[in-house]
Amino acid sequence: MQIPSAIVTLVLGMLLVLGGLWIGQNINLLPVDASTNAPIYDELFRVLFSIGTILFLGIVGLIIFSLVRFRRRPGQLGDGLALEGNLPLEVFWTAVPAIVVLFVGLFSYDIYERMGGMAPLSHGDHGGAMPAEQRIWGGIGSSEISTTSSTSLLQPLPVEVTAMQFAFLFHYPDGDIMSGELHVQAGRPVSLRMEAKDVIHAFWVPEFRLKQEVIPGQPTVLDFTPTRPGRYPIVCAELCGPYHGGMRSTVVVDSADDFNAWIQANRKPPVQEA
Amino acid sequence: MTLTVPQQSPPAPQSLQPTGWLRYLSFSVDHKVIGLQYLVCGFAFYLIGGALAGAIRTELVSPISDFMPRDVYNQVLTLHGTVMIFLWIVPVVNGAFGNYLIPFYVGARDMAFPRLNAVAFWLIPPAGLLLISSYFITGAAQSGWTAYPPLSLTTPASGQIIWILSVLLLGGSSIFGGINFIATILKLRRPGLKLMQLPMYCWAMLGTSILVVLSTPVLAGTLIMLSFDIVAHTGFFNPGLGGNVVVYQHLFWFYSHPAVYIMVLPAFGLVSEILPIHCRKPLFGYTTMVYSIMAIVVLGLVVWAHHMFTSGTPPWMRLFFTIATAFIAVPTGIKFFNWLATLWGGKISLNSAVLFSCGFIVNFVLGGITGVALAQVPFDVHVHDTYFVVAHFHYIVYGGSVFVIFASIYHWYPKVTGRLMNEHLGRFHFLLTFVGFNLCFAPQHWLGLNGMPRRVAEYDPQFQLINQFSSVGALLMAISTLPFLWNVIASALQGEIAGDNPWNALTPEWLTSSPPPVENWKGEAPLVTNPYAYGTPENEIDLNSVSGSDLWRNGQ
Ligand SMILES: [Cu+2]
Ligand SMILES: [Cu+2]
Repeated sequence: MQIPSAIVTLVLGMLLVLGGLWIGQNINLLPVDASTNAPIYDELFRVLFSIGTILFLGIVGLIIFSLVRFRRRPGQLGDGLALEGNLPLEVFWTAVPAIVVLFVGLFSYDIYERMGGMAPLSHGDHGGAMPAEQRIWGGIGSSEISTTSSTSLLQPLPVEVTAMQFAFLFHYPDGDIMSGELHVQAGRPVSLRMEAKDVIHAFWVPEFRLKQEVIPGQPTVLDFTPTRPGRYPIVCAELCGPYHGGMRSTVVVDSADDFNAWIQANRKPPVQEA
Repeated sequence: MTLTVPQQSPPAPQSLQPTGWLRYLSFSVDHKVIGLQYLVCGFAFYLIGGALAGAIRTELVSPISDFMPRDVYNQVLTLHGTVMIFLWIVPVVNGAFGNYLIPFYVGARDMAFPRLNAVAFWLIPPAGLLLISSYFITGAAQSGWTAYPPLSLTTPASGQIIWILSVLLLGGSSIFGGINFIATILKLRRPGLKLMQLPMYCWAMLGTSILVVLSTPVLAGTLIMLSFDIVAHTGFFNPGLGGNVVVYQHLFWFYSHPAVYIMVLPAFGLVSEILPIHCRKPLFGYTTMVYSIMAIVVLGLVVWAHHMFTSGTPPWMRLFFTIATAFIAVPTGIKFFNWLATLWGGKISLNSAVLFSCGFIVNFVLGGITGVALAQVPFDVHVHDTYFVVAHFHYIVYGGSVFVIFASIYHWYPKVTGRLMNEHLGRFHFLLTFVGFNLCFAPQHWLGLNGMPRRVAEYDPQFQLINQFSSVGALLMAISTLPFLWNVIASALQGEIAGDNPWNALTPEWLTSSPPPVENWKGEAPLVTNPYAYGTPENEIDLNSVSGSDLWRNGQ
């Protein structure tokens, strides 16, 4: 009686873990990835999804099993077992989640660092010397993503983003281009410096897995490197007024040639080519 | 000092109190009347908040804004959030069940401050009516229940000011309630009753009330500053006048994260009361349950900035709040494993109260898992302010707290009315609610991951089908209210007579008549030192009723 139940438990546990891992690795809930940090994000997502699936299915399984196995049958009287607690068991289910949470925390810290989140922001020191208006806040900072060596050879493309009710405006300092769409070059880092004119907005590109609030009075920065040519939505993610749902734009990730052609076609004063 | 307590309750006000159903409309100081006032009033606002949710889900059936004007949509979502949080869940899990049960649990005849108690309740209906009427008079607030400046400074001022007034009144009510619970639990305990002998709901309410008293004043101060910015054109949060909008977010979330625990900790307590009775087993791990509540209270105060990972927060702050937030999963996990252990080996009656409690466990575990994921900065940066978050917090506050409210109503209904609710209708109610809830909110995880932000009236057409699933789920949830309402009303008139203690429970509220008399007990309050003394001792197990593996587990 004892050995079979132990084996059954063990087999069920292994099936649960394998099933959870399989689900986490094979069921894709995310849109295409189009920036260097999107695959890193997806790696974190798959780990969290696997752990979450194992935990959730395990607990739901336990509940259903308990409700079926320990249900009161008709005509049955009397109480259950007078178990008031079990210290080793309590220690076990305190320690295991603590270890899992610690592992997840360290892993996501590592992910965050690879995304460039822990890099010091340009002028972003939180010393009290500078007045608030000049501080650069938040965002995924100036990242040194070295996954592809070719990207680091290219100069980051600076773009000034202005968010207002209910549109994004993109200004390219090189060439003094104003645009309602964000044009970037695949493989070349982009550095957005964002400011809002009226209320808080948020710049979100789901395919880049990146979001940063655009805050009036406090410039924020967002650095990323697009990878996959295509057109992706830019979505305002912070409630900003009646037309919040319509506050959308497009980021166009071009090949190098297309991007240069676009720059040439739109730049205002004729400047010689670099 | 403690011995004089029973004599302290003055008999004089009682004689002035109306009797019969009229007392429910009066300034009654009876904790049971006040508890029911909270419950019925809260439920009325739940229906209003639900109708608002229905309007939101109707708008989202199609990807274009076609059901109501865009500014009305923002008013509706602001009212929905505010009503559901401040007028339904917080007053019901704290005020309703707290007032009804806590005096019983500590062996007192009423709350410590009965008049303050009545004042706390009677702040709620005017505040709620003020809030709702703002929609008809001036137009309601449009900046969401978070009221972030500068949006809240630039949307029409009258609606925003009424919103602030109403939330201040509700916050005041909540603080009065919190003070009362702390005083009652710590000072009105029957002589001989030790803290570690109290039913778990007392601990949950003690922890919750500490959070209420520490954090709600911060919200009040913040909203007063916000109202100065609107009315007197001060510049606390107005960037045009040198103010700082991120400071508002810090202050707001310093209250509003603990507010989550103000909504779920009492629910944890209620489940801890319901499960042992219907499983006929002691609550597993009483001591660790108490410590985990206190750990949640302490950690809950230092995690607020996880709502601000995409706004202006420096990297070190993001790291700290990630770790603090993720660690709340540990004490929370302890509670869930203890409930599972309470179920294990029991003789579980599969009635509506147990089904809703188990539905709560399933939903909350999912909400907790997505919560730990959201605590990770890189994860949050993608899904912050999207439908993923909407799904997450509805799993916590609806799948969690509201499921527990229904479980509690099925469980304590015979105490209040002396009659049982109809079990068939109750299980049907559970089935509809559980299916409708999961159909409504589970798909929203996918919506958020794939690019649908929250609080929008119009969205990318590729999301239409999934949104329609979600709206069908919302419709099922709305329909599920009907069998419940019918059950509550019909059972009150012709339900099966329950007797004083239909569940054979040991907690003190069941050791008196149903419904209980004024001042709770005819004679002296019973001294219940082990409210969970269910179960057959291991050596007395009837060999015919257990399986071999039960014996084997016992032998350890
Ligand atoms: Cu916007
Ligand atoms: Cu929070």
